[in-house]
Amino acid sequence: MWIKLVGSVRCRSNGGAHNCRGYWQLVFGFGARGDSPQMPSHPHLATSEWTLDYPPFFAWFEYILSHVAKYFDQEMLNVRNLNYSSSRTLLFQRFSVIFMDVLFVYAVHECCKCIDGKKVGKELTEKPKFILSVLLLWNFGLLIVDHIHFQYNGFLFGLMLLSIARLFQKRHMEGAFLFAVLLHFKHIYLYVAPAYGVYLLRSYCFTANKPDGSIRWNSFSFVRVISLGLVVFLVSALSLGPFLALNQLPQVFSRLFPFKRGLCHAYWAPNFWALYNALDKVLSVIGLKLKFLDPNNIPKASMTSGLVQQFQHTVLPSVTPLATLICTLIAILPSIFCLWFKPQGPRGFLRCLTLCALSSFMFGWHVHEKAILLAVLPMSLLSVQKAGDASIFLILTTTGHYSLFPLLFTAPELPIKILLMLLFTIYSISSLKTLFRKEKPLFNWMETFYLLGLGPLEVCCEFVFPFTSWKVKYPFLPLLLTSVYCAVGITYAWFKLYVSVLIDPPVGKTKKQ
Amino acid sequence: MNRNFEFRKPNSNLKMFLGAGKPPMFGDYEAQRHWQEITFNLPVKQWYFNSSDNNLQYWGLDYPPLTAYHSLLCAYVAKFINPDWIALHTSRGYESQAHKLFMRTTVLIADLLIYIPAVVLYCCCLKDISTKKKIANALCILLYPGLILIDYGHFQYNSVSLGFALWGVLGVSCDWDLLGSLAFCLAINYKQMELYHSLPFFCFLLGKCFKKGLKGKGFVLLVKLACTVVASFVLCWLPFFTEREQTLQVLRRLFPVDRGLFEDKVANIWCSFNVFLKIRDILPRHIQLIMSFCFTFLSLLPACIKLILQPSSKGFKFTLVSCALSFFLFSFQVHEKSILLVSLPVCLVLSEIPFMSTWFLLVSTFSLLPLLLKDELLMPSVVTTMAFFIACVTSFSIFEKTSEEELRLKSFSISVRKYLPCFTFLSRMIQYLFLISVITMVLLTLMTVTLDPPQKLPDLFSVLVCFVSCLNFLFFLVYFNIIIMWDSKSGRNQKKIT
Repeated sequence: MWIKLVGSVRCRSNGGAHNCRGYWQLVFGFGARGDSPQMPSHPHLATSEWTLDYPPFFAWFEYILSHVAKYFDQEMLNVRNLNYSSSRTLLFQRFSVIFMDVLFVYAVHECCKCIDGKKVGKELTEKPKFILSVLLLWNFGLLIVDHIHFQYNGFLFGLMLLSIARLFQKRHMEGAFLFAVLLHFKHIYLYVAPAYGVYLLRSYCFTANKPDGSIRWNSFSFVRVISLGLVVFLVSALSLGPFLALNQLPQVFSRLFPFKRGLCHAYWAPNFWALYNALDKVLSVIGLKLKFLDPNNIPKASMTSGLVQQFQHTVLPSVTPLATLICTLIAILPSIFCLWFKPQGPRGFLRCLTLCALSSFMFGWHVHEKAILLAVLPMSLLSVQKAGDASIFLILTTTGHYSLFPLLFTAPELPIKILLMLLFTIYSISSLKTLFRKEKPLFNWMETFYLLGLGPLEVCCEFVFPFTSWKVKYPFLPLLLTSVYCAVGITYAWFKLYVSVLIDPPVGKTKKQ
Repeated sequence: MNRNFEFRKPNSNLKMFLGAGKPPMFGDYEAQRHWQEITFNLPVKQWYFNSSDNNLQYWGLDYPPLTAYHSLLCAYVAKFINPDWIALHTSRGYESQAHKLFMRTTVLIADLLIYIPAVVLYCCCLKDISTKKKIANALCILLYPGLILIDYGHFQYNSVSLGFALWGVLGVSCDWDLLGSLAFCLAINYKQMELYHSLPFFCFLLGKCFKKGLKGKGFVLLVKLACTVVASFVLCWLPFFTEREQTLQVLRRLFPVDRGLFEDKVANIWCSFNVFLKIRDILPRHIQLIMSFCFTFLSLLPACIKLILQPSSKGFKFTLVSCALSFFLFSFQVHEKSILLVSLPVCLVLSEIPFMSTWFLLVSTFSLLPLLLKDELLMPSVVTTMAFFIACVTSFSIFEKTSEEELRLKSFSISVRKYLPCFTFLSRMIQYLFLISVITMVLLTLMTVTLDPPQKLPDLFSVLVCFVSCLNFLFFLVYFNIIIMWDSKSGRNQKKIT
């Protein structure tokens, strides 16, 4: 049990993440040699740390990759070769990511076509399309998560951006199809499914609006609803069908939604629960000092020791998966209502999507810090069109990217991550400032101070802390500080975005189609 | 149970920014580490001598004292971080992640302190160019693949000596002659190969003195320069001037004249000629020396004389190129890395003749191919070359600048047309040559990587690479000499008219 749980935490070093991917390919090495692929119930497979926890389409994708992999290095497909790594394996893995990124590049190209921002200058580098393409293609978070930490998010985000672009271009069926496929690649996109559902229902199934923007009930089109439903059903059938036939559906779902994993994993994602945990810790320390709490009542394992399991909070009430679900639903409801009652076309949908992603990140169960990319990438599209969105985007993206730093913790990766982060941050801030130079400044003094504080924080955590005596007593302290500091920023950005969505004028006044 | 922060032994390639990937082998990396070990643990008097503690056969010091001082400085830092890295005898072949990071950081710091500011300042001082073009120019120079790959991948500190040389060029071009010559002396004292650049410096400064008049200011300048040069040499070599034997031994290490005309495969004339006629084995050692000496000086004499008679900043830069190229092609014991000494001046004229400079820089990177393949740097070299090429094409629109005027060949072709009126196809010929050259380079690269050489000729591909590069370099030698000789006053008059 301990090994399996640690497995999810240990997807960190380069070697580790590579082995993660490599392992899934070797599971489907079975397929490459003629056996039928199955979910891991084989005794050997259960002993590895890296068991499949993505939906079936991703599994088929790894299957296809394994067929290509055998031309690079046959050994990596041997089931018994756990933790196998060679330079050819590495080459193959990295090339596969780069190759799949082609889809991402195409999606960015389509998104740029949908932007028609202001014409600030004749310079290529000042056009919104150019800035957007750089912000998306060179997104620091995506770069390090995909190419260093190692995952295939590039092409998945490509699918998402492509489906958004299709919705912008009024090709709703394609957009819906792409999103359904995406959902079966990685179920984390369930975070934004409500936005899709409500938008398609409201703006596609109801074909017309009344002049003041409210819903016209008699324009409901059954054909459209049924065709959408059919698309989603067919995709789901294709994906889950085989496992339904094999009676493995409960096992699949238990792998996809592992609620036994705990509210946060060893490094707290910078969301609301990080602040909650920090508050709980602070209160318990104060309580102990002031003798309000009995030391014997406090559970021995505390959250900061790095163990991932379910346990209780000390002072504040404990959080159950159901509670997080309710919090998430409450958090996304206002944006959904906005989308329903004040539809503003694709732009409104995009803002609702970002809000859904961000709210789910804030209140979800066992959220991984990589999930912040789900909010950052769609927000990039909004940032090049309005100054207000640009400032929220910059705060969100800078803190979000900084919160990804603990993913790369080896010494050689330190200069790389700092350099890349600086490059991206400096570019994004300067280009957006230039784009919106005619409007009021993007940041007020508080925000500037907060963003500048990230520098000293990094210096303290990575350079100063390892040489102090606290390293032995409180090894988790830098991660805690990073979590909490970023959580403040992300909560602030979330709040600001919500306010701007809620107080935006309805569609009668703004016509952005 | 605490969360363990240990990292697994990374099997991945670490691309440091634009830099190199795979771990360096027991090559120059180990040499640099060994020099830190020696300079830290042994007294100065033993650095260049063979002893039980210092085996000169195992990467003995063969660069001038400034390199040794730099190694000593790095060694002090290394001792502070981890003394095992430079422990005498026991640290041979030491390789670890942290050590690699340390060594790469030393190169990066050297770059940041010396080379990069020189490049940036040089581009700022360029005249008649918009700011955007200056930035693009600086970017292209910094992206030059050869230097990045050799310094970060193969592992050396060329950026220090090249940076000092660049400071020298800057100083001398902006009329800060004393500072410029001091910087250049530091460059020579860091790597003796910088002597390739010494003749143009000498001729340019001499020409300036003549222009100022040898009876007045010129003479004063000459004396001041001489004093600066002597003082800087004395300062650098101070610990080695105490005994005659010390000085001689250092000189023996710096100039190994008993090593032969060339070693390994290098893209110069002698190696290419050796393919047809084994001159290395036929001729005796002293004849080889005399022959290479004569050829080298004959090929660079015209440009140098012109520089003395008409010292100009532009002429100085082109003469740097042609002299360094002459030395590379004809000199004794040339290593393929010496092409960097030619590439630096070519980078400086990138803004004036973008098409030819880009072509040259691509060929120079290609000529390093056998070395890079040995270090398993194929992927980084392909990526950096493509990045450099794309940067140059977009910044300078090189394919639109291929007319005779742009290639500075107008006065030459006018002179030729006096005898051959039909000589109008020069620029088209050059474009075709470029195409042929690039196709040959790409094909050879593909062949070297994918095919195995035949049993009887195991070095076939490296020799082919050297041969093709040599032909290209000969063409460039002729081209640059033409530019220098025909860049006369008539050229300047034409500019004024148009």
